Amino acid sequence: MQTWSLVSMCVLLGIVVRWGVSLNSYSGAGKPPMFGDYEAQRHWQEVTYNLPLQEWYSNTTENDLNYWGLDYPPLTAYHSLVCAYVAKTINPEWVDLHKSRGYESPAHKLFMRATVLVADLLIYIPAVVLYCLYLTDGSTKKKVCTVFCFLLYPGLILIDYGHFQYNGVSLGFALWGVLALGLGWDALGSLAFCLALNYKQMELYHALPFFCYLLGKSVKLGLMGRGLFLLVRIASTVLVTFALCWLPFLSDPGDAMQVVRRIFPVARGLFEDKVANAWCSLNILIKIRSILSSDSQIYISFACTLLAVLPSCVRLLMKPTFWQFKLALVRGIQLIILPLFLKDGLLVPYAVTSLAFLFFSIYLLSALEHCSEEELRLGAFHKLLFCLPKLDLFYISVSAMAGLSVVTVALVPPTHLPDLFPVLVSSTAFLHFLGTFIYFNIVQFSEPPSRKSQKKND
Amino acid sequence: RAVISVMSLTDLLLICHWVCVSVSHSTDFEVHRNWLAITHSLPVSRWYHENTSEWTLDYPPLFAWFELGLSHAARHFDPDMLLVENLNYASPSTVLFQRLSVIFTDLLFIYAARECCRCVQDQKGSRDVLNRPSFVLAVLLLWNFGLLIVDHIHFQYNGFLFGFLLLSVAKHLQRQHLQGALLFSVLLNLKHIYLYVAPAYGVYLLRSYCFTQDNKDGSVSWSSFSPLRLLALGGIVASVCALSFGPFIAMGQLPQVLSRLFPFKRGLCHAYWAPNIWALYNTLDKILATLGVRLKLLQEAGLPRASMTGGLVQEFQHSVLPSVTPSITLVCTLLSILPAVASIWFRPRGARGFLRCLLLCALGSFVFGWHVHEKAILIAILPLSILAVENREDAGIFLVLTTTGHYSLFPLLFTPAELPIKVSLMLLFTIYSFTALRKLYSGRGSLLRPLESVYLLGLVGVAFACEVAFPLSPWQQKLPFLPLLATSVYCSLGVCYSFLRLYASLLRPPGKPKQP
Repeated sequence: MQTWSLVSMCVLLGIVVRWGVSLNSYSGAGKPPMFGDYEAQRHWQEVTYNLPLQEWYSNTTENDLNYWGLDYPPLTAYHSLVCAYVAKTINPEWVDLHKSRGYESPAHKLFMRATVLVADLLIYIPAVVLYCLYLTDGSTKKKVCTVFCFLLYPGLILIDYGHFQYNGVSLGFALWGVLALGLGWDALGSLAFCLALNYKQMELYHALPFFCYLLGKSVKLGLMGRGLFLLVRIASTVLVTFALCWLPFLSDPGDAMQVVRRIFPVARGLFEDKVANAWCSLNILIKIRSILSSDSQIYISFACTLLAVLPSCVRLLMKPTFWQFKLALVRGIQLIILPLFLKDGLLVPYAVTSLAFLFFSIYLLSALEHCSEEELRLGAFHKLLFCLPKLDLFYISVSAMAGLSVVTVALVPPTHLPDLFPVLVSSTAFLHFLGTFIYFNIVQFSEPPSRKSQKKND
Repeated sequence: RAVISVMSLTDLLLICHWVCVSVSHSTDFEVHRNWLAITHSLPVSRWYHENTSEWTLDYPPLFAWFELGLSHAARHFDPDMLLVENLNYASPSTVLFQRLSVIFTDLLFIYAARECCRCVQDQKGSRDVLNRPSFVLAVLLLWNFGLLIVDHIHFQYNGFLFGFLLLSVAKHLQRQHLQGALLFSVLLNLKHIYLYVAPAYGVYLLRSYCFTQDNKDGSVSWSSFSPLRLLALGGIVASVCALSFGPFIAMGQLPQVLSRLFPFKRGLCHAYWAPNIWALYNTLDKILATLGVRLKLLQEAGLPRASMTGGLVQEFQHSVLPSVTPSITLVCTLLSILPAVASIWFRPRGARGFLRCLLLCALGSFVFGWHVHEKAILIAILPLSILAVENREDAGIFLVLTTTGHYSLFPLLFTPAELPIKVSLMLLFTIYSFTALRKLYSGRGSLLRPLESVYLLGLVGVAFACEVAFPLSPWQQKLPFLPLLATSVYCSLGVCYSFLRLYASLLRPPGKPKQP
């Protein structure tokens, strides 16, 4: 069957699943006084529409930063402003300064969900389709299946359409960046990635591989000549993009510093909402918080993070192929979503989409061809990574996650350990992450130069 | 690999069903909740007399027994839904239970679809799985947009019922006539709307099953009549009906039950006119009336207040053209299916001829019936899928009828929240049906005639006008029924056209080549 029809069917199915999930409850629904991420986004629309730009990130009488103050870079703020303009034309009450706090109505929910869908349709979905069609190898059917799996990835759907966020935008931009780099358009790739970075600072996780790949590529082309030219071009693209995004804030250095302070709140400490990382797991064994001071915690965490990604980046510097680049990008982050979803009443969609994803990963991708290098390139699907070589481990990990999910829902934790289940889930997620991280480092370093990567070198 | 594909398909389907769990539900939800309550809390003698709620029990008794069985499961979810007084009770557990019950009973539909796929002949060859007729049929049946919308969003048990219908058809295609007859009797006792297609069953079974042989020229061989077979059939039907109606006959409640089952007090058309001939008739009447008033040929005050849209029980009269009564529609329906039924008596063409006759009975009753609901178009669309994957001409008719019929279901979901879902699902099904059928019959020209293509493209225009342009226009307040009217009229044209084309394909003598 023609590719376009298959792809359009995948996209339509993706839209159906997304919209179906979005009809469920959102983060903080009906929970005054703070509500949740949904209210945060609505509040940002209110702030950006009604207040002058200089006040968006500062604590003024009109703008109380304790009530969901802006803590993403300027591009998010501009996006909120655009949405606010649309909201104002439909119903001004949605963005009334102060009066619209905690505004909840079915029409407003429809509007907010629609903004997420529109952003996805414009940025994320085209990136996925183009990436899978042009940058993956294999038969058409394989590519379509890849599109399918990508679009149905439950984590993103549940967070964006259930919990309520706009991760699709930043991930989409990052994917456009990867796509451009894969096609050899380095300047455009860096432009796209800068946009992603200016949308959500979390993309810094991906910044190091981008940097190392581009630097390595320039060095390879020769620092006196084409390499230097490339480097200059990329550097100027990055600078110009940043300048354009931050332009309104650059007139007063104080404003810019305030924005930076909001984006990187180092005073918050390491344990933001029991996020899955090493620290949380380690804390079970050693009470780190009581041993180290806040500043040393920050330094140590920074050092450890750097150490962890250093090997893969060094390798990338030395051997800047696109294949290596993609490996380095692999993120096994699946932050604990279950407790978060339970808070938002999203258990049913979570169960459904996770099961769906599991079934499809197993059926389609193993039915078509055995797990090959191509499968490994599918970035965030860390569950699949244990696929063929260690099939048992895969099933163990899957059943562990499933079991934890069931247990978290069905049982009440013992009273002296009230946070038992979230901590367990985050530790398991971290173990998964660690496992995939090690696995990928092994792959990256043991990969023999194949003909494919030779081709990508040119 | 075929197994894997089909399993993936069904998993995907179940996912979609689950995703729709939270979508808002319709009055049918309350109807079924009420029936759960009635059958659970009241003694059998009160079932057909109970009218606390406006949604009285109006399906045959076997369905009531089915609801009784469900109610025992419902008890574990939320006992409060089983109280008759709890009108419009819709706690989350209730919604979850009801949706789960539909998904669960859909398993029967999946099984029936599988049986139908087994009846479809796959050409021997190296076609890969996705292009085999049986796979295409599986997708067309399981992912039927109309069924998805009506069952899982709007809420009914049609998947379950169509499972019986398709299974019965499959059994007939596999020459297991007794099983087919049994399944159909059960179906009739579950929902009596299937009486529409009973003539097809009756005549076919009588002609092709009770007469064991035909003469050489195809005419009836009276000597080969087998009374045993007739008795077997009669016994099956009688025993199923006895099982279902028995208790009520014993209690002398049969007239009451029948009056509940066949409420002819309702108007010619449903609140939203199903796209049949009467929609065209009503429109013509309205146009003539408006013209008459404009041209001063009629007095506006003399015209009866014809309010044809809205309300539960509506009797109205036509202003200019003669009014239509239930008996007229019955006569029209019988006349319309007579040629089809006669055709399989005088010239039986095997099980596929029976299927064609069944379709014509279903479509005929849809086009000419009294108080037809637009959901009834599914009775024609689903069995037509079987013919569509085997025969090129039927595929063309299928595309027209399905697209038109599915679009006519759009007004069932009218909230803005459901718009992306219904549009995406409709596009999904339409793209698949067009590309899959085109691939199946590739190399022999286009499936659709130019006029048909133009008509279907016009459908897109109508859709855009009704869903997007009209709500934002100034006429929204003055003429709120205009999009419904436009949809009905436009779709009736497609439905009637498909009806005529199907008739032509049945009545055409076999062996005569189709005109290109």
